[in-house]
Amino acid sequence: MLEIKDLRASAGEKEILRGINLTVRPGEVHAVMGPNGSGKSTLAQVLAGHPAYTVTAGSVSYLGQDLLDMEPEERAQAGVFLAFQYPVEIPGVTNAYFLRAAYNEIRKVRGLEEVDSMDFLDLLEQKLKVVEWGPEIMSRAVNSGFSGGEKKRNEILQLAVLEPRLAILDETDSGLDIDALRIVANGVNTLRAPDRSFIVVTHYQRLLNYIVPDYVHVLSQGRIVMSGGKDLALELEAKGYEWVDAAAEALA
Amino acid sequence: MSGAMVQYGLARDEVTMADGPEWLESLRRGGADRFATVGFPGARDEEWRFTPVGPIAQAAWVPAALPADDLARERLAPFLFGHPEWSTLVFVNGWYSERLSPIGALPDGVRVSSLAEALRADGRLLESHLGRHAPVVGSPFTALNAARFRDGGYVSVPAGLDLANPVHLVFVTTPDAAGTVTHPRNLLVVGRGARASVIESYVTLAPEQTYWTNPVTEVASAAGSWVEHTRIQRESELAYHVGLTHVDQERDSHYRSFTLAMGAALSRHNLHVRLNAENVETLMYGLYLTRGEQVADNHTAIFHDRPNCRSWEVYKGVLDGRSRAVFNGKVFVKPEAQKTDAKQTNRNLLRSDGAKVDTKPQLEIFADDVKCTHGATVGRLDDLALFYARSRGIPVVAAERLLTYAFAAEVVEEVALAPVRDELERLVRERLAT
Repeated sequence: MLEIKDLRASAGEKEILRGINLTVRPGEVHAVMGPNGSGKSTLAQVLAGHPAYTVTAGSVSYLGQDLLDMEPEERAQAGVFLAFQYPVEIPGVTNAYFLRAAYNEIRKVRGLEEVDSMDFLDLLEQKLKVVEWGPEIMSRAVNSGFSGGEKKRNEILQLAVLEPRLAILDETDSGLDIDALRIVANGVNTLRAPDRSFIVVTHYQRLLNYIVPDYVHVLSQGRIVMSGGKDLALELEAKGYEWVDAAAEALA
Repeated sequence: MSGAMVQYGLARDEVTMADGPEWLESLRRGGADRFATVGFPGARDEEWRFTPVGPIAQAAWVPAALPADDLARERLAPFLFGHPEWSTLVFVNGWYSERLSPIGALPDGVRVSSLAEALRADGRLLESHLGRHAPVVGSPFTALNAARFRDGGYVSVPAGLDLANPVHLVFVTTPDAAGTVTHPRNLLVVGRGARASVIESYVTLAPEQTYWTNPVTEVASAAGSWVEHTRIQRESELAYHVGLTHVDQERDSHYRSFTLAMGAALSRHNLHVRLNAENVETLMYGLYLTRGEQVADNHTAIFHDRPNCRSWEVYKGVLDGRSRAVFNGKVFVKPEAQKTDAKQTNRNLLRSDGAKVDTKPQLEIFADDVKCTHGATVGRLDDLALFYARSRGIPVVAAERLLTYAFAAEVVEEVALAPVRDELERLVRERLAT
């Protein structure tokens, strides 16, 4: 599904990703952990095509396509979805309008007919259940005045509607209270499927109690310094990131 | 009167109007004298510093001739709101057309007519309002309007009455209007505790023509009244439009205005609101959409004369091409106007490198216990929001359009009347899609 080879990326003059290698097969859930500044959010954003970063070396193959050669919208249309760490507020556009616009763009690319607002509401009714929401949220402006938890739930709702092949969750757990965390994690678990893969970027092991990963990777200073099964997250929790930094030094 | 004149209602020519009652003559003379004294404003006039009116001053404008009364009703359909039950007054090149103006049944005491007709039927009320709100010394253009106006819309709602349907004043130009000037004059008198919604539209069937519209609208909003005033300026993009609206508000009244400027080569609108008594609420929303070489100028002035009043103002602009916008927002707070709560915002979105904005808040506050804020921004679409929309599969052009519309929608949404709001949304979407 996704093959990242020796990926290097910079923000301005500063190199943040310094040679990432990662392979994700269909249906797998990969957790990417690491201390602040390790590059884990950058990795998520680079995969989605964030314009703030420049890829300087390496390759990313997604379903046989050169992902790095695609515009952000093309990546989304091809089934890549990034749940933002800080979802953007768009006053003046309702959640329903925005999501239907996105949904229809993706349908268009897949050769399907666009849905009108009535049919879309029917679809939404099902999807809203994933995040335990009523329809009221859809008439509010996108993320505008939403609480932190509501913004994250809205990302998962979008994920549920757009049905990506590769979902990247960028610190979706940050700033969530325990109830919101449970709702978000349940939403993600509902959406797990044999042909859908997840990259779950997180600072804390907590989220991984709910979303159980197949693999855990630890990033430090722009490189993956450890990889393992779900137990690696627990070990990391117990030993702290200093342990990783030591490993990174050893690698360097 | 000729047959055509009869069909156009009471369409007197300027000579006939000169035979009006003494008070009207006095208003006209005052306007003419004032204009003779001051003339057109020059570049050194602070009020007009960013708005070059040379093209208006240097051209030779002629009064619009009485048009043949053959304009098909369907041609106006794009400018109406699809509500035949609304009272609509249509002025073709400044001339009132009775045939094109369905007024419909109105509640007792409500008057909706051309100003010329009102002069005959409601002379005393007119005398106490016309020219009393918008003084000729306010602007050379207002003076000229007072000297030369021929007709316009008149709406009077008696105390306690809720005018269920809006009144729409439509000023349409035809290709015959090329090279002409009209000075529409409107008067809205809303009685104590009454409610009214009035729309003024300046539209054209001559998008390739140059002409000049110079309207003045006076609004008297009595105690406890509620008024929604929507102003839509969609002139030919080769035309000139210089307008002034003056509102006087009494105790406990609520006045809300929405102003859209998207037409004219050069447009200027002055909106002046005087808060004459306590507990007055004033909401002013504006939107200007410019492209090409258009210049759109909005000057607003809020006079907080009395305590415990609230004014809230948001003007937004979307500028493309090499267009320019001017915003000047004055807020005057008198020493006795304690507990004034005034907020002014002007936000501009530049869609091109060549577009330019001059924005100037001007607060003059002489009371000490007040809350007055202002803010102005000039910027571009938020890169992050753009990326967010694209990351959801929305192509860059559609995403830009969506965000641009969203920027404008924030003020359009404030229009209280749903059919008008819906139509404005459609209009703005359509304009921003090109």
